[in-house]
Amino acid sequence: MSVVAIDSPAALSEAVRAHPRVLPVGGGTKPALSVPPDGTDVVALDVSGLRGIVEYDPAELTLTARAGTPIAELDEALAAHGQGLPFDPPLAAAGATLGGVVAAGTSGSGAFHHGTVRDFVVGVRFVDGTGALVAAGGRVVKNAAGFDLPKLLVGSRGRLGVLAEVTLKVFPRSEASATVAFELGAIEAALAAVARLARGSLELDALDLEPPGRVLVRLAGDADSLPPRAARLAAALDVPGVTLERDAAAARWREVAELSWLPAGARAVRVATTARAVPALQAALDGAGAAVRYGNAANVAWIAWPQEQPLARLDETLGTLGLTGTALTGPPHARVLGARRGGAFAARLRAALDPDNRFPED
Amino acid sequence: MRALAALRELGLDGRLLTAPAELAAFGSDALTAFHERPAAVVLAQRAEEVVEVVRACHRARVPFVARGSGTSLSGGSLPVAGGVVIALNRMNRVLSVDPETCTAVVEPGAINLHVSAAARQHGLAYAPDPSSQSVCTIGGNLAFNSGGAHCLRHGMTANHVLGIRAVLPDGELVELGGASREPVGPDLTGMFCGSEGLFGIALEVTLRLVPIAEATHTALASYDSLELAGAAVARIVAAGMLPVAMEIMDALAIEAAEASVRPGYPPAAALLIVELEGERDVVAADAARLRALLDASGAGAVRTTVDPDERALIWKGRKSAFSAVGWLAPDYLVQDGVVPRTRLGEALAEIGRMSAAAGIRVANVFHAGDGNLHPLILFDGREPGALERAERLAGEILRMCVRLGGSITGEHGVGVEKRDYLELMFAPADLALMRRVRDTVDPAGIANRGKVFAPERAA
Repeated sequence: MSVVAIDSPAALSEAVRAHPRVLPVGGGTKPALSVPPDGTDVVALDVSGLRGIVEYDPAELTLTARAGTPIAELDEALAAHGQGLPFDPPLAAAGATLGGVVAAGTSGSGAFHHGTVRDFVVGVRFVDGTGALVAAGGRVVKNAAGFDLPKLLVGSRGRLGVLAEVTLKVFPRSEASATVAFELGAIEAALAAVARLARGSLELDALDLEPPGRVLVRLAGDADSLPPRAARLAAALDVPGVTLERDAAAARWREVAELSWLPAGARAVRVATTARAVPALQAALDGAGAAVRYGNAANVAWIAWPQEQPLARLDETLGTLGLTGTALTGPPHARVLGARRGGAFAARLRAALDPDNRFPED
Repeated sequence: MRALAALRELGLDGRLLTAPAELAAFGSDALTAFHERPAAVVLAQRAEEVVEVVRACHRARVPFVARGSGTSLSGGSLPVAGGVVIALNRMNRVLSVDPETCTAVVEPGAINLHVSAAARQHGLAYAPDPSSQSVCTIGGNLAFNSGGAHCLRHGMTANHVLGIRAVLPDGELVELGGASREPVGPDLTGMFCGSEGLFGIALEVTLRLVPIAEATHTALASYDSLELAGAAVARIVAAGMLPVAMEIMDALAIEAAEASVRPGYPPAAALLIVELEGERDVVAADAARLRALLDASGAGAVRTTVDPDERALIWKGRKSAFSAVGWLAPDYLVQDGVVPRTRLGEALAEIGRMSAAAGIRVANVFHAGDGNLHPLILFDGREPGALERAERLAGEILRMCVRLGGSITGEHGVGVEKRDYLELMFAPADLALMRRVRDTVDPAGIANRGKVFAPERAA
């Protein structure tokens, strides 16, 4: 496999023009999406050298950085000003980059309260399939000028363009947080509790479900406000919760964000769900012996697909259930799993952005 | 016209309008300075009808424009001369509300406020709140990625649209997104939102609903200058607070609001409205912090309320500001520029200078929290050259917004009105890609032709 190291937007543009088939790779934390399949002529564009914060004024609550900048580096710069990325980009400790998170469309537990990565990207510079370096969106939080290409690139997995620079909205960081675990027994009861909390008026920072019956809730805000709010939460569910010790809670959320709860060798697969779709999906996963966690009030399933199970089985299962997913780790498998949407609109956008088919098939 | 013959065969009966008197009402939208005469208007009742009309237009290569309530401030639903207007107001049903997934499925002609009304029984609401929310439709909101005062915290329309069933400009049907808040694959839903009708027509939309906040606290602070009000906003942001809305009105806008809906605003050079939402105890604690910040910001008077009626009146004054300036001048242009929040004071001072230099009155109402300005340029269209002078001033204001690092539009869209200004923000390569996208999605160039980009023959 040949690799070209990229260190500037101009070099990125040049590299895309120079090679008939290319695929970007940043931190390499989601190899299923970023490793060119064996035996192909696809050249890997290593954008990890395309890094650094371009502009960050805390008073603006926006940050612009090169796409290869590690999330961890952004977190550090933001934390120094009491700010952060509230959608908790996954795999940050493992080395995930800004461009990789946007291109993979991955968000973590905090997305429940503040929105997913698509809600935070306000501007991009990227190289399209013709090698042109183009800008879309802007550096202000509100902008309706021109097509929303920044959103289109969220989840595009390097198949529509290669990100060079991203502008994000950022938020003030909460002073403190508290994590409460509720044991509801069975998945049905846990799902009902999740749905009730999701439409309730208590403001939760994260609302995850760990099958069969654990609901994991994070509250965030002023330290003094947390104990009474945790009590209201327990009253709302009518079940006593267990508040995790600070260190244990931090370790738990790290495990969730880094996907380190996955059994060794299992492939991480991310699937878009709803509370209504979970029971059938859960039954299918139980049948395949696959572990799973649900985030964002059961709007996303993080599946640990067993090594010994062919991915085609999951593809078929998701297709039958009308669900869509992507593999993040394991051997190259960029194709979307399950139900495919977008039809002619997706095909035409792809034809416009990559007329010469430089990026691997979707 | 070939399309017209095809439309007559669709069995639309009285819902195919072709008489000049009937067409007149569809000649303009809320950007009344522009007017065009369509060849026909279809009052669509069902999605299948919309698809048939689009296909007929495509076969005949006749341009079509989708229209909801016609509240676009950028000429988004201005007809194309000799084209077809597809009016969607009759497709106004909220098809379902699902409290289990906090979603609603609606037709494109559903009125923004009716979605919240349908969701209320479940303790849910639809968050984006354009000032025209009592009449504007979800289809229009989606096409223009509409904002509103509460977008500071909740985000724009695109942040609340999860799924779209749409007809492309050649009649192809597509499903984008779904009901999940965590989509997989390129964000096609997000790309369709804000495309100003150039990618076709949304036939059915899945919306995200949010829980109605347990407590809401509204503060109204008056200031001796716009600069002081702007500085107060900066203080609130710097303190790490995240209000749901932060709005400023200047003296002229206050005067207009008082003359029309009488919200009982205190007389001032500038008014700041700040709203907090959330859990009861958290809002109470934040309200105390906010009060301290406002007291230290040089505010003349600070009024606060948790009373829903009083809050509604405060917002009525703010949301009617656009139409209220009709009390001050026969005509006005609404601008929608954005500047980085830290340049707000500078931008307002600059607008003041430009207004004085041009001898044209400008009223200011704006979403201060996100730097989205709405200068209302007052003029009398009966005076020769007045519209042109107003447009020139509007152009200068947009140039300034871009110079300060902002945008020519925050939430009204480019439409016909700002298409010449796109090149201030984007390089030729950026615009070339956008045009290529448009041409690939709509090779015939019939969907809302002339919006965003000038028609090809002029290019």
